[in-house]
Amino acid sequence: MQFFGGSEISPSPPVPTASGNNGHMIYMFNRNGVCLLYREWNRPLRTLNAQQDHKLMFGLLFSLKSLTAKMDPTSAEKGNLGVPQLPGQGCSFHSFRTNTYKLSFMESPSGIKIILVTHPRTGDLRDSLKYIYNLYVEYVVKNPLYTPGSPIRCQLFNTTLDQYMRGIA
Amino acid sequence: MAPVAPRSGDAIFANIERVNAELFTLTYGAIVRQLLTDLEEVEEVNKQLEQMGYNIGIRLIDEFLAKSNVSRCVDFRETADVIAKVGFKMFLGVTASVSNWDAEGTCCSIILEDNPLVDFVELPDTCQGLYYCNILSGVIRGALEMVSMKTEVTWIRDVLRGDDVFELQVKLLKQVPEEYPYKDDE
Repeated sequence: MQFFGGSEISPSPPVPTASGNNGHMIYMFNRNGVCLLYREWNRPLRTLNAQQDHKLMFGLLFSLKSLTAKMDPTSAEKGNLGVPQLPGQGCSFHSFRTNTYKLSFMESPSGIKIILVTHPRTGDLRDSLKYIYNLYVEYVVKNPLYTPGSPIRCQLFNTTLDQYMRGIA
Repeated sequence: MAPVAPRSGDAIFANIERVNAELFTLTYGAIVRQLLTDLEEVEEVNKQLEQMGYNIGIRLIDEFLAKSNVSRCVDFRETADVIAKVGFKMFLGVTASVSNWDAEGTCCSIILEDNPLVDFVELPDTCQGLYYCNILSGVIRGALEMVSMKTEVTWIRDVLRGDDVFELQVKLLKQVPEEYPYKDDE
């Protein structure tokens, strides 16, 4: 089992001068906590180093999932707080919003988690996250040079992702 | 907005990129042939095919989940149905059926009437122990492992050995829930 491995930030694209790009950052994790991808387009403030930042993000989502499942008023069976659930089981949260940003989250049953941080007035990004998951399948999973479970170092994926993010309203 | 409903196997199969069936069959045949020449032992070839299938399965699951929009299956029965109706249809273009459930619902058989891998194939006498389609058992095992299910997949009936259909037995050994991967002191 591969535990969290260090990963440096993939080379970020040049900061766009136009206001068309609303995405701030994207993270992708696999089920073992390995940060597969981290890209930022617009992040003025960084408080932690990269490793701690990734661990914090992963831990946050792990806890949030557990908490939201436990607090679910409609579900009959709830796991105990802290007991990990199978990915995709029970209710799943998909976003939270603060006054400065909105974080959107998607998890596949195979444990791939995609997190997108955007500006707070962004609409529902669930379809965009699904599209990014499709991009991941096409450019990364089907790439014979990619080892599953390792950080993504695929230039074509990065370019296509950047292009897609520029198009999101 | 409402979540998108899972798509049927036919719909996805129609939209996905396809390769020529004969090319697929002949390529697979060439792989098995080459493995037999390299490894010589039929048991070794079976193991190698299963391992290759496993490596395919761990990647295939993401493609399957992305294209078919199925959400997490509630129990193993649903899993087996999804594999047979959507999975096989989507990737091989054939529909399988599920039968022979045991009392606890952890073991079932997936029956394949036709199988594109074995068109034009005959097993010679020297290879009677060979499970020609063993790659399929590896694929199912690999894919299910990535959704937290440890399974054991074996062939019960094989057309190349004289039976009338292909029958795969899929047995759920256990569900492995996620653990928080970081140690507390890191």
